[in-house]
Amino acid sequence: MASLAAFGAYLPQKVISNAVLADELGCSDEWIVQACGIQERRQAAEHETVPALGAKAAEDCMARAGLAASGVDLLLVSSSSPEQRFPGPAALVAHSLGLSGVPALDVSAASAGSLFALCVASRMSVAYPRILVVAAERMTSVSLRRPLDRNTAILFGDGAGACLVMDEGPGLRVIDSVLHSDGAFGGDLRLGLDGPIEMNGQTVILQAHRKIPATIQEVLARQGLRPSDIAVFMMHQANQNLITRVARALDVPVSRFFSNIALRGNTSSASMLIAASEYFAGRGLEQGDRVCFTAFGAGFHWGALLAEAT
Amino acid sequence: MTKRERIIKIVEKFGQNGGVPEADESLFESGYLDSFALPDMIGALEGEFQIKIPDADLNPRKFSTIARIEEYVDSRL
Repeated sequence: MASLAAFGAYLPQKVISNAVLADELGCSDEWIVQACGIQERRQAAEHETVPALGAKAAEDCMARAGLAASGVDLLLVSSSSPEQRFPGPAALVAHSLGLSGVPALDVSAASAGSLFALCVASRMSVAYPRILVVAAERMTSVSLRRPLDRNTAILFGDGAGACLVMDEGPGLRVIDSVLHSDGAFGGDLRLGLDGPIEMNGQTVILQAHRKIPATIQEVLARQGLRPSDIAVFMMHQANQNLITRVARALDVPVSRFFSNIALRGNTSSASMLIAASEYFAGRGLEQGDRVCFTAFGAGFHWGALLAEAT
Repeated sequence: MTKRERIIKIVEKFGQNGGVPEADESLFESGYLDSFALPDMIGALEGEFQIKIPDADLNPRKFSTIARIEEYVDSRL
């Protein structure tokens, strides 16, 4: 199987604190923290489009890998918040990186987009030895559009993450992955062409609360492993309360779930890669340590990827 | 203890505002149950009545009042 060779990220400079939103929403900073664990989120500047954010994260990733972008064989780009229907951000990110003629594919699986792209890339690396996965989001362009909706305005932030997937080499060796989709609840979390985000929070939480632990258990059981065998869980940063409950459902300490949601907010499909980038920049893993990536997004789409430090 | 009494006991355990809602009173609109208490309450119902609620039935409308919960539990027993 493939290896996850390097991660990268880019975050806009502008910070939107809870205090900024609380007055307008008629709530308190404390209420927002209690509802989702978020203290602040980033907002992209006008020129920081989805492709621009994605290109920045891609450059960071390639620099950390010590490789030139010209060596990329395939580019996969996930976004829930592109500025236009077509062309999608993949071709534009590729152009920003100076990739001409390299296939660039858009992945649309909402907040699970980066996980879907990673899983697909890890299984395609025989044909494309260096696959760059990018996830870029400008969710505040929708979530902070007036009038604000309290349920979604507090959640989302902007940012981008990236991961270089290689057919072999150092990094995290991919052991296995599982993906699932079910459109039965397609109306419970959706973003129409002109917004706003429509979210039936109770259904989303109910489904995610059940499906995320189940998909983690599924990929672990296929390898004869248990949740306690995982050194770190890298989960889509949707809501701290959900992360805590997934840890509880798996009977592992919540400290095994890396979390940066307090300062980054929910950056949809970018969140898992931003989290991974921040985690691996700050510390290393022992050889043999296992990492489980997992995400759940509108659709619904969900799944898990198991990897091991080499 | 009747089935309804067992359900009310579980609803009370996860409710936030105290008191017992009327059988047809929404558990959500009054803020009695929040989004994260709902999965816990459903897990407790599964344990109490020894039933497995499939993902397809994880629809808040089926659990929005005590009467609807009782109706759903009846359908699974």
